[in-house]
Amino acid sequence: MDIVLQQLVNGLTLGSVYGLIAIGYTMVYGIIGMINFAHGDVYMVSSYITAIAIALLTFFGLESFPVIILGTLIFTIAVTSVYGWVIERVAYRPLRNSSRLSILISAIGMSLILQNYVQIAQGARQQGVPSLLSGAVRFDIGDGFVQITYMKLFILFAAFLGMGVLTYIIQKTKLGRMCRATQQDRKMASILGIDTDKIISLVFVIGAAMAALAGVLITLDYGAFDFYVGFIIGIKAFTAAVLGGIGSLPGAMLGGIILGLSEALFAGLISSDYKDVFSFSLLVVILIFRPSGLLGKPEVEKV
Amino acid sequence: MSQSTGIDIKQSLVDTVIAGLMALIVFGPIVGVLLDGYDFNLQTGNVAGLVGVVMMGRFAVSLFFQSQAGRNFLYRQASKNDGVTVTAPDYKSNLRWIIPVVMVLGLIVPFIASKYVLTVVILGLIYVLLGLGLNIVVGLAGLLDLGFVGFYAIGAYGLALGYENLGIGFWTMLPLAAIMAAVAGAILGFPVLRMHGDYLAIVTLGFGEIIRLVLTNWTSFTHGPNGVSAPLPTLFGLEFNRRASEGNIPFHEFFGLKYDSGFKYIFVYLILFLVVWAVLYVKHRLTKMPVGRAWEALREDEIACRSLGLNHVLVKLSAFMLGASTGGIAGVFFASYQGFVNPSSFTFFESALILAIVVLGGMGSTLGVVLAAFFLTVMPEILREFADYRVLMFGVLMVVMMIWKPRGLVRVTRTGFATRKGTVK
Repeated sequence: MDIVLQQLVNGLTLGSVYGLIAIGYTMVYGIIGMINFAHGDVYMVSSYITAIAIALLTFFGLESFPVIILGTLIFTIAVTSVYGWVIERVAYRPLRNSSRLSILISAIGMSLILQNYVQIAQGARQQGVPSLLSGAVRFDIGDGFVQITYMKLFILFAAFLGMGVLTYIIQKTKLGRMCRATQQDRKMASILGIDTDKIISLVFVIGAAMAALAGVLITLDYGAFDFYVGFIIGIKAFTAAVLGGIGSLPGAMLGGIILGLSEALFAGLISSDYKDVFSFSLLVVILIFRPSGLLGKPEVEKV
Repeated sequence: MSQSTGIDIKQSLVDTVIAGLMALIVFGPIVGVLLDGYDFNLQTGNVAGLVGVVMMGRFAVSLFFQSQAGRNFLYRQASKNDGVTVTAPDYKSNLRWIIPVVMVLGLIVPFIASKYVLTVVILGLIYVLLGLGLNIVVGLAGLLDLGFVGFYAIGAYGLALGYENLGIGFWTMLPLAAIMAAVAGAILGFPVLRMHGDYLAIVTLGFGEIIRLVLTNWTSFTHGPNGVSAPLPTLFGLEFNRRASEGNIPFHEFFGLKYDSGFKYIFVYLILFLVVWAVLYVKHRLTKMPVGRAWEALREDEIACRSLGLNHVLVKLSAFMLGASTGGIAGVFFASYQGFVNPSSFTFFESALILAIVVLGGMGSTLGVVLAAFFLTVMPEILREFADYRVLMFGVLMVVMMIWKPRGLVRVTRTGFATRKGTVK
């Protein structure tokens, strides 16, 4: 019983972070219909920038948790957003009118570039960050207990805050309206005076910013990372996006949480060696039985 | 774009400054601050160099595209016809002279080349097989398969585990691996191929990873990261080891030769050489057959094909299975040539390398794939000091090729048709 509850807590935090990364996949897919393969690696870059930000801030003598966390978040999100923008500008915009296969291959190329570039620049060894926030809340349940670290609480808070802010931007502001218009019909939106190229860039920036938030949170929680972390978490976040219905923003968050919970339960109750196999198999099964996902609309092919 | 012919230096400078700023933000933290434990070392020199290179490059590009030559280049890019070149019906390719020469040269190579050169060439030929297999899937049928290495692993582990548990040798495994990989391809492909193309990329990626994870974690069967040893091919029961297993005679004793570890490579090379030619021939014929035409038609316009009554699932599935079976055969050769397999040979990077071969060589072009496979496997051997930059180069190659020449370097040609003599028009 306590194992199940503990895994549910772990799964919820993990899932909320998957949801954050899945937003990048789902928004890009919604707006230009491509799978942004490099997105997982953008997340990977953000975990390096997190460590760099923490190292720089401690170097300048800032020690208190709120200052470090705020500084790290701002720095990481800003730099990673620029990464998102540059990637779109360099690898995807010249291919706006090419076949889907070309864009997909270009995205894979970009993913390889990012991985190898970080590996060359920072070395192949595993890196780490010091733990900034220790301590936990404990609940005794029967013989066992459930432990929620303050870091996990912070992750949940920050992830849901990030999702809330994004939902507000997309649903309520003029910018969000332009995004939705471009997503629904790019040609019509540009006829109505929306600079669709700018909006597409913006979507990449938003996706990168959300991945950066996820990168900061996961890096602070786990403490260790290397240049390869983006690959697995990228596929999982994509699974989350497909599970929720690709193209749907609430779907990405829901899919992330469901994936996180089920993966944590699988790891806790059955086998933690095969938890990645479980997630990938889940992806295949969803695509076979419900390709439109939980909240997505079925795709209609038109001539 | 305005039609003024003058060069707007101011615009170029603005572009350059923006590019430099972006480069500073992108390269600054990652290249400039080298993490060292929880501490860091500053490396501002590298950042300055990179930013400088980006700014100069942007300035040059900006000026170039404003010049007349640049405009002509853009015009050619926009209006280029990168479809298939159709040759005259009686056109005879120079290849009909080149192919016999290459065949003869290929048969001489193992007897004059050093052992090291021979191993590199064998590896090159294995990648030719892999490239040909993936070329059917990606190049001809237009399905992006990112888990191709999974089929490769099925072939390689099929030989190693089959030998260990069931005593299956190389020659039995060769056709069996093709069948096993094709069946795996069918099981994986059938449900997914009904759906939108992009999903296939992700599902195959997941499949490749599942195979690798199972190989790593199922230690009781696959011995996990420690790997399994694989047997060498035999010549009518003669083995190529120094000492043969019970009841067999080694090759060198049978012919009264002195033992040389090079014999086995020569033998593997010769079989592989023949198999590659066989696959080349089959593939060449397939592209001329209805099923090959259907693959390419489906790649170009799926809706039109379905309207014409092609069963798109079966057509895609046939390409997927054929590609997979070629991968399985390549796997058997890989295991036999290495004598040993472990999961680290079957990472996503391997799939990306095979994809790079297809992309560089030209989607659908057989000749291009053969050349690209050799280029991409032999180059790293020559440029060993740049080994760290290999993956980076592949990535850059993919992006640049997609922007510059999405159909690859070697253009696909096709013989035209003429009405046969004596037919009524």
